[in-house]
Amino acid sequence: MHLSPDEIIFWQYGLFKLNATIVFTWALMLVLALGAKLITRNISIGLERERWQNLLEIIVIAIEKQIEEVGLSHPGRYLGFLATLFLFLAAAAICTVIPGYQPPTGSLSTTTALALCVFAAVTFFGIEERGLGNYLKSYAQPTPIMLPFNIISEVSRTLALAVRLFGNMMSGAMIIGILLTITPLFFPVIMSALGLLTGMVQAYIFFILATVYIAAATRVGKPESESEYNE
Amino acid sequence: MLIDWFTVGAQVVNFLILVWLLKRFLYKPILDAIDAREKRIAEELADAGAKQNEAREQRDEFQKKNEEFDKQRDKLLNKAKDEAAAERQRILEEARRAAGDLRARQKDALKREQMSLYDEIGRRTREEVFAIARKTLTDLAGTSLEERMSEAFTCRLRELNEEAKGEFTKALSTSPDAALVRSAFELPPAQQTAIRHALNEIFTDEVRVRFETAPDVISGIELTANGRKVAWSIADYLASLNESIGELLEEHSKPEPQSGNKRAAPAEAK
Repeated sequence: MHLSPDEIIFWQYGLFKLNATIVFTWALMLVLALGAKLITRNISIGLERERWQNLLEIIVIAIEKQIEEVGLSHPGRYLGFLATLFLFLAAAAICTVIPGYQPPTGSLSTTTALALCVFAAVTFFGIEERGLGNYLKSYAQPTPIMLPFNIISEVSRTLALAVRLFGNMMSGAMIIGILLTITPLFFPVIMSALGLLTGMVQAYIFFILATVYIAAATRVGKPESESEYNE
Repeated sequence: MLIDWFTVGAQVVNFLILVWLLKRFLYKPILDAIDAREKRIAEELADAGAKQNEAREQRDEFQKKNEEFDKQRDKLLNKAKDEAAAERQRILEEARRAAGDLRARQKDALKREQMSLYDEIGRRTREEVFAIARKTLTDLAGTSLEERMSEAFTCRLRELNEEAKGEFTKALSTSPDAALVRSAFELPPAQQTAIRHALNEIFTDEVRVRFETAPDVISGIELTANGRKVAWSIADYLASLNESIGELLEEHSKPEPQSGNKRAAPAEAK
């Protein structure tokens, strides 16, 4: 039994390897991009439109609204990053119903990569919005004594993001794996459904935390208030 | 170690590629479509608003025109009514006048007819009276009508008072012409002589007398001299007879035209 899909290696050449994480990520990317392309190929700007287009519009507008509700005044700028984060994580969680599928989010490497991306995005958007000096100064707020704590907080929350998602997704897969060996008939189905729910909740939490971090970093002269969103 | 750093790098790259792909194929077309639709809806709403305004303006204009039209129509209708009333009045007046004329003409005609009837009655009566009197006198008294009439006339002359006699004598003497004796029928010579004698006797003078027959002297004899006149005739009796006949005729003829008029009047008014 593998703890992480990283351990399933299909092909390796020196440092380069093609493990299940990367392969399933590519598959998800292909499905998402191809689906989007197919649906938006015959996009209609009139009042009459296809159901799939309607679904996509609902999803995109809902995400946009969510971002705006958190406190980002120009959701369009952050939509590309944040919505992709949510859609990727949600797709990874939903696909767990497919037999033989290994969620790439069940690998700590993937979650770390995503957490690093969030960290980079927070820094990038913070500097873009407030300027480098102001952004760096925010680490010494409200007093310079807080500087080390702020840095620790920044690192730890990134780490927490990665580990939280990994733990939840991995545990889901593990529990199903273990239960299959004990009671192979009924329980795995319930646990699978529960795993689906957990996966969606985790996708939402990851997305909303990333949004909150970005909002906190870009908000000028206002105290950071993401603590209520932290678990 | 659960973290494979190569996989981490690869996943970062994968994620960035996915961000680009979804931006390219999902968010941009969807957001563009939504924006375009919103713009189109806004345009359509603005267009609808403009059309509504235009429609409102047109409706106002139409209402105004309608009111004007109504006013004009009422005016024309009133004018036509007035004209019709005036025309009706005029026609009524004309009809009334025509009816009045007709009535007057009828009345005249009736009167004329009545007059001619009176004349005819008078003539016939006279003839009948004379015929009866002549026959009665001949049968009963053995004398002729002309004789009795001459006697009556001479009696009348004798009965004249002195003043009248004096005036007549004066008139007879001053008159350049002979005194004229007119009668409805020709007097026989015996009567003429008797009258001449009587005149000579009454007025003492030699009276020149001329005899003339005139049908308008109604059944009698009259003496005219220089504007003076003495007469005896049955004209008075005939006049009273005419009067009574006239009354009788009026009684019969009056109600008819009256009721006819009354019936005709409402019909005209209509």
